[in-house]
Amino acid sequence: MYVAVKGGERAIDNAHAWLAEERRGDPGVAELSVAQIREQLSLAVNRVMAEGSLYDPDLAALAIKQARGDLIEAVFLIRAYRTTLPRFGASRPVDTGAMSCDRRISATFKDLPGGQVLGPTFDYTHRLLDFALAAEGLAVPEAERGAPAEGPMPHVTGFLAREDLIQPEPEGAETPRDLTREPLDFPADRPLRLQALTRGDEGFVLSMAYSTQRGYGRNHPFVGELRIGTVTVEMDIPELGFSMDVGEVVLTECETVNQFKGSKTEPPQFTRGYGLVFGQTERKAISMALVDRALRWEELGEDDVGAPAQDAEFVLYHSDNVQATGFLEHIKLPHYVDFQSELELIRRLRREAMAATRREAAE
Amino acid sequence: MSDTDYNFAYLDEQTKRMIRRAILKGVAVPGYQVPFASREMPMPYGWGTGGVQVSAACLTPEDTFKVIDQGADDTTNAVSIRKFFEKTAGVAVTEKTAEATIIQTRHRIPETPLTEDQILVYQVPIPEPLRFLEPRETETRKMHALEEYGLMHVKLYEDISRHGEIATAYAYPVKVEGRYVMDPSPIPKFDNPKLESAALQLFGAGREQRIYAVPPFTKVVSLDFEDHPFDPSKAPHPCALCGAEDTYLDEVITDDAGGRMFVCSDTDFCARRRGEAA
Repeated sequence: MYVAVKGGERAIDNAHAWLAEERRGDPGVAELSVAQIREQLSLAVNRVMAEGSLYDPDLAALAIKQARGDLIEAVFLIRAYRTTLPRFGASRPVDTGAMSCDRRISATFKDLPGGQVLGPTFDYTHRLLDFALAAEGLAVPEAERGAPAEGPMPHVTGFLAREDLIQPEPEGAETPRDLTREPLDFPADRPLRLQALTRGDEGFVLSMAYSTQRGYGRNHPFVGELRIGTVTVEMDIPELGFSMDVGEVVLTECETVNQFKGSKTEPPQFTRGYGLVFGQTERKAISMALVDRALRWEELGEDDVGAPAQDAEFVLYHSDNVQATGFLEHIKLPHYVDFQSELELIRRLRREAMAATRREAAE
Repeated sequence: MSDTDYNFAYLDEQTKRMIRRAILKGVAVPGYQVPFASREMPMPYGWGTGGVQVSAACLTPEDTFKVIDQGADDTTNAVSIRKFFEKTAGVAVTEKTAEATIIQTRHRIPETPLTEDQILVYQVPIPEPLRFLEPRETETRKMHALEEYGLMHVKLYEDISRHGEIATAYAYPVKVEGRYVMDPSPIPKFDNPKLESAALQLFGAGREQRIYAVPPFTKVVSLDFEDHPFDPSKAPHPCALCGAEDTYLDEVITDDAGGRMFVCSDTDFCARRRGEAA
């Protein structure tokens, strides 16, 4: 006699044990330490911090280890941890103008106050596999050190603003809505859109940005400035009555300068797209700036050309990879009840359709 | 994870309060989708995060908790969610429908009629019944506000004109208390008549950030036409194990020569009947 399959509980436990074994891999190979991941896979760590919305390189490295290098799974681990943390308050806005920059480039001005600083970039490397890296125990590479840059590094858009050539961005008084504490609601204003983009999936935001470059809502961007470096995080402590530095974070900031011939409501001037992301994550920051600019069509009085990147509902509802991967992968959960009802429906419809065909043939 | 690392039933009290407010609003406006600030849970979206959050907000230490997936207590995800609350809330768990005070379900309503002392929590993937007719949330909310359900009736009518019947076998739309059209979650339409229940029914959609409710004894009507009345169809067989004629059946393939049998999808109901017969 048929007995329904039992043992889901034991199957889960065994699957978890097997997973742990696979995670470790060949025990003859040394185990990866969290510190190694943090130091030597730092761009993966940055991505996990950015999309996990939690600045903690050690936890991000741990998540990458636990997720066997699956970065979306690592982002998910970080998000699930983040949601349990109590919220003590909000920091003051960070001042990226006072950033201590490792990298700062402008594609719009050959030279500018503060200079062009290349920093640690892949940009001009030849993508040839370096077989020497396969050997371990190489001498620690050391770059030549110069004196730290003195003096301020003003934002490039500031130069354009002095001539009124670029659309001003007045400081808003309102505290922006918080995507992680309120349900997403439309119309979504710019702070909310930027929150969604900065934690959005790098691949998704990249492809959306790319689609604007290829003509789906083209917005003629120049990288006015891209800067990567450390900023101080300051917080008002109500009990003390003054603000304190509570730490430092590495950020990537990108401001695009976009051509704009004017619209029904706005004069001809340059406009901006903005990207700000945790860690050294410049692909993401540039993508974010392009998508931000595309989503601003309404406030700038531009035409809706029906491009996907102009559609805030489309972009915001589909940018989150933890949501996307969860819903996508859930279709591997059992659906036999629904499938059974479909099966019965399709059998019935087929029976009726076949009978009708036979009737017609007989006539 | 030990039970002291996290608050009772995992979520912090502020979050639970926020969810309870959404639930109360949902109860006050039956069938209306209440937006709530869904949290990331330690299981993926699509695995029942909405249901888990609603259960977490409803559970008290005295509760007895039951979880079913596809009608069964022993499917992997049901086991996983039951274990989660055993660990984080330390509540009693059961497989017996009649003994549970809160039942979390995916895709089924238990065959055993529920009572006023029970809460049924549904996991909902897409809470918006109009979503596949109109992908935009801003539009569908407007349609609900204006009670503009013509599009849905046109879809059902087109089904009838093409197939001779309404070709929706699960997640069959209903109208709640004569006002809101509601997605009952992907239960087979066989279960739709059970939506009029003595128990409180709560629906949680985590990824889509919506909670809605059907209070006890609320009128729930499956959409249909006078000349094409709603038909809660099922496979025309009795259960091969307990012989029940009036339950929803899973089709089980028993060999590779087309052999198959039909058994109750509600495992507790089936086991109880067999126990009584023995």
